[in-house]
Amino acid sequence: MTALLQIERFSVRYGRLLAVKDVSLEAHAGEVTTVIGPNGAGKTSLVNAIMGLVPFEGSLAFPAWPGASRSIEARIRARISLVPETRDLFGPMSVLDNLRLGAFALRREAGFDMASRLAEIFALFPRLAERRDQRADTLSGGERQMLALGRALMLRPSFLMLDEPSLGLAPMIVAEMFRIIQRLKDDGVSILLIEQNARAALRISDRAYVLENGAVHLAGKAGEIAADPRVIDAYLGGSMALADSGRQRVSGRR
Amino acid sequence: MNTDVAMILLQDGLVSGAIYILLATALVLVFSVTRVIFVPQGDLVAFTALTLSAFEAGERPGTIWIVTFAAGIAVSLEMVEAARWRDRARALQSLLRFGLVPAVVILAALFLVPKTAPLVWKMAVSAGLITCLGPLIYRIVFQPMAAASPLVLLIAAIAAHLGLNSIGLHAFGPEGVRTEGFSGAPLALFGMIVTPQAAGVLASSVVVVAALYLFFRFPLRGRALLAAAHNRRGAEIVGISTVAAGRTVFVLAGLAAAISGLLIGPTTTLYYDSGFILGLKGFVGAIVGGMAVYPLAAAGALLVGTVESFASFWASAYRDVVVFLLIIPVLFWRSVSVLAPEDGLE
Repeated sequence: MTALLQIERFSVRYGRLLAVKDVSLEAHAGEVTTVIGPNGAGKTSLVNAIMGLVPFEGSLAFPAWPGASRSIEARIRARISLVPETRDLFGPMSVLDNLRLGAFALRREAGFDMASRLAEIFALFPRLAERRDQRADTLSGGERQMLALGRALMLRPSFLMLDEPSLGLAPMIVAEMFRIIQRLKDDGVSILLIEQNARAALRISDRAYVLENGAVHLAGKAGEIAADPRVIDAYLGGSMALADSGRQRVSGRR
Repeated sequence: MNTDVAMILLQDGLVSGAIYILLATALVLVFSVTRVIFVPQGDLVAFTALTLSAFEAGERPGTIWIVTFAAGIAVSLEMVEAARWRDRARALQSLLRFGLVPAVVILAALFLVPKTAPLVWKMAVSAGLITCLGPLIYRIVFQPMAAASPLVLLIAAIAAHLGLNSIGLHAFGPEGVRTEGFSGAPLALFGMIVTPQAAGVLASSVVVVAALYLFFRFPLRGRALLAAAHNRRGAEIVGISTVAAGRTVFVLAGLAAAISGLLIGPTTTLYYDSGFILGLKGFVGAIVGGMAVYPLAAAGALLVGTVESFASFWASAYRDVVVFLLIIPVLFWRSVSVLAPEDGLE
């Protein structure tokens, strides 16, 4: 298994506040790696620093793409993509423009075909095709999340970071979101998933980290983490039997 | 006052308004993408006229040395940064961008503009020199502090203006100049006499604004600049470099300032320090649009031009006072209206 992302003794500081302290983490090719933890645990700071949006201390390497850790543009050239927690859509612009700009970095690449790229995204999210000429800031919460994900997928990412894709969405849309993440995984996209929805996240993950107060509290295979009594207590709200029975429960948040 | 006088004043007002539209548009553009209030814009306007006038006199304009030094500083800054990252591709790119491009324009200005050269060529080289200054100012002054608050950026912009002012005095001397403009026989239009200069200014302004509109409407590069203005983080994560976006708008702002300078030079005597007041008038126009809405900014610029022209008829000593008084009702109106919240102002 090749590691796509390796961080060691990784810290993020905002002035005197230490949001992420001494975190070490690995994400492997073809896997879904998930980071769960309560609000304010430093999950978003972690993933933003990995993308290069905020400064960090410690070591960060993308072994498959040397040089990618140099700048955001270098990461994007290596097809590393982030769907941020805040979505960061271009509100006054149309859905279509938002998607086209998702492939901005590819526009000069040989063999790049905007139309076929768009068609693929519209096949994945038929809803966006219906709303292609609508302004992004008039979309519903679920549609916005689809657009943010669709925009990131325009890049055809090899490593995709998703920050709370289910945040603030209705249960049915959350289920849809996780189906799409599963489908991306089946298509071979490696994913770093940041979630508060621990139950659903652990179910589709291979490797999991529990982040608390900026530090890694537990780490291991997703199955082992899901069976850990401390995790069951704190994040899954009781027995895993419910999840194993395959019922679509999307609670488990604190 | 009779109708004839009023029509002449209106025509004058619209012509200067057309120039202020260019300035206001560039100010809004720069502000929305970089949150910089581009105070030195006016200096670039004045420098353009001073450059053109030096070419007309068959001299080498001081702009050549300003661009040379600025390019030197920018290239050194870039080299230091590229060396720190050991990034050879970036070093090469910066040499082309901040070294080769200004060098070509400078060499053209040094050797290819004899006194007998046609006016259009002199204008083009003057505009080229000034346009080079736009991104150089961005690289040296604003890019290193791009993440600072709008207030800090404003302070830096004022510092840059004061610096350029002194450099301008040194490079061009204290004399005022007037340049040549559109010439030819006056035209009669709906019973009004329109000078070729007025027609030329209006036409150029319309062409530039239309070109800007098309650039932002259609190509993905233009959409990307708008995207950087709407959401900086969103732009960064799709690979739109905010540095490149800033550089591009400063190229556009430099070009807009240069064109304004070429248009205004024949009708107003410009000194090395005339730019500030001109920039301020564009700024009043931009404020009408809340630094965010282009059509309103353009309307504001036309209003400024018209008010200025009528004010100079009635109370010519106070015309600038009258123009700047405009800003008070405008600010009052903007503070009570809910129209277009200033989302760029954070």
